[in-house]
Amino acid sequence: MEIASGTVAYLANLSRLHFNEDEQAVITDELQQMLAFVEKLQELDTTGVEPLMHMGDAVNVLREDKVAGSVTRAEALKNAPVHDEQFFKVPKVIRK
Amino acid sequence: MFRFSTIKDYHTALQNGQTTCVEAVHFYIRAIEAQRELNAYLEVYAAEALQRAAELDARLASGEPLGKLHGVVVGLKDVICYKDHRVSAASRILEDFVSIYNATATERLLAEGAIIIGRQNCDEFAMGSSNEKSAYGPVKNALDHTRVPGGSSGGSAVAVQAGLCMVSLGSDTGGSVRQPADFCGIIGLKPTYGRISRYGLLAYASSFDQIGIFTNTVADAALLLEVIAGPDAYDSTVSTQPVPAYSKEIAAGADKKYRIAYFRQALEHPGLDPVIRDEISLFIKKLTAAGHIVEAIDFELLEYVVPTYYVLTTAEASSNLSRYDGVRFGHRTKVATEELADMYKLTRSEGFGKEVQRRILLGTFVLSAGYFEAYFTKAQQVRRLISEKTTTIFSNYDAVISPTVPSTAFKIGEKQQDPVEMFLADIYTVFANLAGIPGISIPLFTHPEGMPFGLQIMTSHFDEVSLLRLSAELMQLK
Repeated sequence: MEIASGTVAYLANLSRLHFNEDEQAVITDELQQMLAFVEKLQELDTTGVEPLMHMGDAVNVLREDKVAGSVTRAEALKNAPVHDEQFFKVPKVIRK
Repeated sequence: MFRFSTIKDYHTALQNGQTTCVEAVHFYIRAIEAQRELNAYLEVYAAEALQRAAELDARLASGEPLGKLHGVVVGLKDVICYKDHRVSAASRILEDFVSIYNATATERLLAEGAIIIGRQNCDEFAMGSSNEKSAYGPVKNALDHTRVPGGSSGGSAVAVQAGLCMVSLGSDTGGSVRQPADFCGIIGLKPTYGRISRYGLLAYASSFDQIGIFTNTVADAALLLEVIAGPDAYDSTVSTQPVPAYSKEIAAGADKKYRIAYFRQALEHPGLDPVIRDEISLFIKKLTAAGHIVEAIDFELLEYVVPTYYVLTTAEASSNLSRYDGVRFGHRTKVATEELADMYKLTRSEGFGKEVQRRILLGTFVLSAGYFEAYFTKAQQVRRLISEKTTTIFSNYDAVISPTVPSTAFKIGEKQQDPVEMFLADIYTVFANLAGIPGISIPLFTHPEGMPFGLQIMTSHFDEVSLLRLSAELMQLK
């Protein structure tokens, strides 16, 4: 499969990554090589094969509904790069 | 002069007063200092390890019973959380991140008296096969400083290889414990998917990831597994199957004869070093002579395992790594942005290395509209075929053996150009992660050029007992 121009920019946006034009050219080549490599799977006939989505036979385990396993607000904010006493801070998202 | 051979001998020496935990920790701190050049550790907890050692020595003196890992000096790959200590996945994006809780594996090590000596270098977010993709510089193979130690758990493997701790924990998503163990001449065990809780293990590909163990002896690996495996309220994918007393189980059934298979396609693979092929073939003759049944079987899917692995793991990684957004933890760009999305993009592109970004992009591609069926669903179907084949194999055989890696440790920088070339280093190891079965690399061979290499053994789901028993037996056959 040939990677169309614009595909890397489209994927970069979906991935929330940023590449300048030079980087885009390099990464297009690399993505092309990686895709050529995984293209091999198309050789196999998998008609009617159920996709394997979950490993193992573990089922969801429920517990009593009691308060446990939480972290304090101070702990939760400890690693945040920008915060105040109560909140994580981000650039303004609502404008007039 | 302190010397470490096995945990059992160390405990005997402690009880006989021939050594102390403090002496052991001093020994490792000096060894790490003397071998800084290997770059195996990102951080060493010297003062607190000494303090804990002193406490453990006092406990022993007061007559308290020994924990199973009393005074055992352990290193942790930089993807396993240790409360109030940094954990960075060898990435800039988590450079200053301090864990606010213990991984379940860490908790269980500490509960049995282990001493954590430091966090160990690895490929960024465990993505790599050479430990050249760390944001903090490559790790060197202690046997030859111009060669890679393998990856992604390179620092953890070298630390055991060079005597910079007694045992280490790593993580194995496609071979990241077994492959560096092979390159470094030590034991690397990847248990069954779900055998050890993944709580507090930084995620790469959640349906593949499993904590693994590096040791010098099979007995030590068995003891560690026994301590850290088992059910956990914090991980709903961990198995509730009871954990056998592996350290006792390996001693039993020492003379058992096994039915062992090997993949014809694996030994005939054109990428396999002929010396490795010949040594393994000779070893198969030895096994037969020792009374085991060893048979060649076909595994037509071998050529497809690495592509399947890359489609599924990059897809899972692109999803898992979306949490690194510069809001709740980790690096945030210093560039002022008007838009929230621009803040995310700059933060992530500054924080993630190139290999991580490549894999996120590929994963996003295979999950995107128009390609999802052709790549992602296709790979999940192939995974089903691999899984069914695995069930068939283990209904006839106790174990499958193969080389662990097609070559010995390569030179640092040798495989930097082509992003695909490095993938083939994983050809024999990814199968176990795709199928979810346990695998181990045991150091049996030395190449004429001087580097070690291992034999990989795999058994059926949750049959670590056979895996460890057979490993112990084959180590004797060496």
